[in-house]
Formats: sequence, structure tokens, C-alpha cells
Amino acid sequence: MSAVVKPCLDIRSLSAVLPNGQRVLRSVSLSVQPGEVRALVGESGAGKTMIGKAVLGVLPTSVRIVEGDMLLEGEDLGRLQPKARRTLIGARTALIPQDPLTALNPSRRIGPQMTDRLVRILGWSGQRAETRIRQLLDEVQIRDPDRVTKSYPHELSGGMRQRVLIAAAFAAEPRLIVADEPTTALDVTVQKQILRLIAQLQREHGTAILFVTHDLGVVAKISQKVSVLYAGKVVEEAETADLFAAPQHPYTRALMAATPRYTDPFASLKPVDEAVLAGLAAEIAAADQAWRRPHG
Amino acid sequence: MDEARISRHGSGARLWLAGGWLLLALLAAIFAPLVAPQDPLAQDLMFERLPPFWMSGSEPGFWLGTDSLGRDLLSRLVFGARIAFIVAFAAALAACLVGSTLGLIAGYFGGWADRIISRIVDVWMAFPPVLFAILLVAVLGTGLSSVIIAIAVIDWTRFCRVIRAETMGQARMDYVENARIAGYGRIGIMLREVLPNVVPSIVALLSLEMGIAVIVEAILSFVNLSISTDDPTWGGIIAEGRLSIHQAWWVLVFPLVTLILTVLSFSQFGEALKARFDPVLR
Ligand SMILES: Nc1ncnc2c1ncn2[C@@H]1O[C@H](COP(=O)(O)OP(=O)(O)OP(=O)(O)O)[C@@H](O)[C@H]1O
Ligand SMILES: [Mg+2]
Repeated sequence: MSAVVKPCLDIRSLSAVLPNGQRVLRSVSLSVQPGEVRALVGESGAGKTMIGKAVLGVLPTSVRIVEGDMLLEGEDLGRLQPKARRTLIGARTALIPQDPLTALNPSRRIGPQMTDRLVRILGWSGQRAETRIRQLLDEVQIRDPDRVTKSYPHELSGGMRQRVLIAAAFAAEPRLIVADEPTTALDVTVQKQILRLIAQLQREHGTAILFVTHDLGVVAKISQKVSVLYAGKVVEEAETADLFAAPQHPYTRALMAATPRYTDPFASLKPVDEAVLAGLAAEIAAADQAWRRPHG
Repeated sequence: MDEARISRHGSGARLWLAGGWLLLALLAAIFAPLVAPQDPLAQDLMFERLPPFWMSGSEPGFWLGTDSLGRDLLSRLVFGARIAFIVAFAAALAACLVGSTLGLIAGYFGGWADRIISRIVDVWMAFPPVLFAILLVAVLGTGLSSVIIAIAVIDWTRFCRVIRAETMGQARMDYVENARIAGYGRIGIMLREVLPNVVPSIVALLSLEMGIAVIVEAILSFVNLSISTDDPTWGGIIAEGRLSIHQAWWVLVFPLVTLILTVLSFSQFGEALKARFDPVLR
């Protein structure tokens, strides 16, 4: 066997529960290779955001990880002291959030918000950080960086804010970016631009991305691999091309049937089939049963 | 958004009117010995119950008239402003410091810190404030510092409640999460990221609290529990004016008007400042 590249992110059978014992993640396994885009699809409430938060170490306090490991470039996050873990996550990862308005501090100007991180995380001089930010703002096609860096977040449009956040995410050259539905809050025309921008920067910087979305159209455009999540459980994972060519799991097939096609937008959409959902419920109940036995 | 625009528009006039009155009163207080036309304590039975300047029987130099002991009302109001402002600043600052700090901690850290602090606030607020103040002054003894302490001890909860709620709202925002991902410590985030966003509310509350402190001090003076010296206080003048309302209405009306204007100005000034300060409303 040839030496395999160490995955950028490796999640191994991660389970998380709420205080009432309800499982939000069910033995999730998922890996992202360096420089690869892994899409994470699933309906609302499937736990996509939870996985992202778990990786970035910002799970809500009510959610408890009960099993599994997360390895960031081979380093087991669970084994690290909290401080070391924070430093590692801070240096190697970044988030492109869903809502670009609340992800920026409303009372601080854009410029300092962006440079601050570089100075603080990478220990750069203010001068160097500023140059770097300029460069990134140029890469995200912001033409008037002076105005933007002096602005407060609410003075920019949603699309501009998201560009700023993308620039900020790539500025520190993280190895992994978690993009949590980065275009959902934007209007359709801007969505496309932002998506193209993320794809372009991803290619140029060779950054791995865990791309959370519920939009299969986006999956097809941006990712090489896909994990399909349902009720906190990965029901299918595949190369993106293979998944679209031959979806294996009934839920994936149902999901595709429920997605409009650009080629034929007026074809009738089928809601996810009852029988499929019933099958999934049974599958998950069985998995929970099996899980409960060893865990008491 | 509409509300924001309205408050932004109205804030200009409010800011200048309220700020103007407060500045005037503050300057009068600071330079009281220069500003006051008479000695506020000098009694003169020849000049008792002189009416204000526009009425017949008034005397030049006694603009707002005199009280039943012949003391100049304007001079007494000017010197009374000194105590009013000292109490307002000291008590409001103390209440703000304690209340905002605890509110910030409760709102940001949540969990048991929040439970303990909120519990204390609940218990605290179960006491009726004026009775609480009278009780405290009775225990601490009268005097300027005990009035200040009493007001701060009672009213820190106002800051705590509001700042806690605001902080909670901010702590849920994604920028806080982003800062954590970037490796900032919890306390650093609280002070650098969250605090600036609650400062406008702190400023507005601080100003409001100064007005409240002026009222509470007046109430305590009114019931003769404030400063035990002869120094004139607005509450004290009101108490005296009440006794001679039929012979000399001005001794009651002028200090009341001064008090109301000042209290109103403090609250309006705070609101207008907040609208000015807040980057989102600006
Ligand atoms: N702070 C929280 N505390 C407890 N449970 C939560 C919390 N946030 C979300 N959940 C629950 O965790 C589950 C997964 O939520 P998550 O936000 O990860 O879904 P999602 O796949 O990101 O959905 P969406 O597409 O709507 O963003 C849901 O059942 C949700 O109700
Ligand atoms: Mg989500």
C-alpha cells in the first residue's frame, strides 16, 4: 500500500447529545483531504452546522460530545489541552459564516477587525497584516479597499460583507475552512458571484473546505466529495460525480428528486417519499438501539 | 429601522436642549460662589417672602424672590445644584460600575455565574427602592457619602439587568464565535468585542441614573434624611416651600421646576447620546 496523504480533517465516529439525551450527531465519520472541497448536505436540522461547530471547537455548551475523535492535520483535538487546542484551531482553520452581518462586530471598523486576527494569531506586525489584508481584499475583487476598511459593517452591502469575511478567512492561510451555507443569506445574483469567488480562492490557495449547504446545485458546482447527512447520521458519502451519476441511498435519491434542475426547472418536484423517511427512521432507531447498549 | 431614523432625527434637538440645560446647571454649581447673587444662608427678616423680579414688591438682586427667612431663592438653588450634581455623578458612577460589571459577566458567561447574579438582583429588587434608601440612610447615618452609597447600593440592579440582557444578545452573535475560533480568550472577547457594543446602553443608563439620583437625593432631603448641614438642597428647599405655599408659591415652584428640568434633561440627554454613539443607528 502506498503512503496516503494525511487528511486535513478526519472525523471518526463522532457522536454528540443534548442534555435530554437526544443525539444530534450519530457516529459521524468524515474526512477532508488537503486542498479538497467536501460538501456536507442535508435538510434543515440534520446537524450540518453542529459538525462545523464541533470541528471549530465552538459547540453550544448544552451539546456534549460523547464519542469519537477529530483530527486536524493528524493532531487529535480531544487529546490537546484547551489552550493548545484553541491555538491550533485558531491558526489552522477559519469560518465563512452564513450571516455576514452578525459575523462582523457592529461597533468596530472593518480594517482593524481583519488585521487584529493576523497580528494576534500569527504574531505579524500591524504593517504586514495591513498589506496582507489589502492583498486579500484585492483578491475578492473589492476595488475601494480604503473605503471598505474604514467602514462599519452596516455600511456595506451583504455581498460586500461576505467578501470581507472571505478575505478574512483566507488571510491567515488556514489549512481548512468551514463554510456554513455562505450564500444562503444573499440574493440570487450575488450568490453566484460569491460562490465563484470561494471556488477561485480555494483553488489558488489550495485550502481544504468543508462546505455546508442544503443545495445540491451548489454541491455539484463546488465540491469533489459529498457527505449526505440525515438526522445527524451520514447516510451516504461519495465522489460528487458518482453521487450524481448513481446515488446509492434512497434518501439521496429522494433528495435529488426534490431538487429543481436548471436544465428543466418546470419538471415536477417530488417531496421526499414517505416510505423513504419511514425506512430512515427505522434505520436510525436501530442504530440508536445498538449505540445505547454499549453506552448504557 | 424607522424607529431608528426617527430617534436619529429627534436626537439633535434633544441632545442640545438637554445638554444645554445640564451644562448651565453644572457651570452654576461649579462656580456657585461667583454666580449666586447673594449668600444662600444669609437670613434677613426685612426681606422675607419677596416675590420674583417681575412682580410688584420685588427687590433688585433677589431675582427669584426669598423664602420665609429672607434667604435668596436663586442663590439657594445654585448652591443646591452643587449637592445635586455631586450626588448624581458619584452615585450613578458607582452604581454603573458595579451593575455593569456584574451584568456583563452574567450575560457573557451565563451558567452558574448568571444564575447567582440574577438571583441576587431578583432579591434586591423585591425591596421598594425609596423605603430601602430611607432604611439605608437611617443605618449609615445622614451625610453626603451615605446618600451616595445608599443610591448606588439600591440602583446597581438597573444597570445589571439591562446590561445583562444586552450582553446576552451580543454574546449570541456570530462575531463572538468568530473571535473564539480565531483563538481569543473569553475575557478578551468580553472586553474587546462585546463591551464596545453595550457602551451606548451604559451611557444612556448612566445619564438616566444621574437624574434618578437627583430625585432620590431630593426625596431624602425632603424627608430630612440627606445632608444634615445647613447647605441648601433642592429637596430641602421644596420641603420648606411646601410649608409656605399659600404665602410664597415661588419657594415651592422654582425648585420643583429646576428639579424636573434637570431630571428630564438627564434622561433625554442619555437617550440622544445613545442614538449618536450607536454605530448602527448613526
Ligand atoms: N444551541 C443548541 N442547543 C441545543 N440544540 C441545538 C442547538 N442548536 C441546534 N440544535 C439542534 O441540533 C440539531 C442540528 O442542528 P443544526 O443547526 O446543526 O442543523 P443544520 O443541519 O445546520 O440545519 P440548517 O440547515 O437549518 O442550518 C437540530 O435538531 C437543532 O434543533
Ligand atoms: Mg446550519
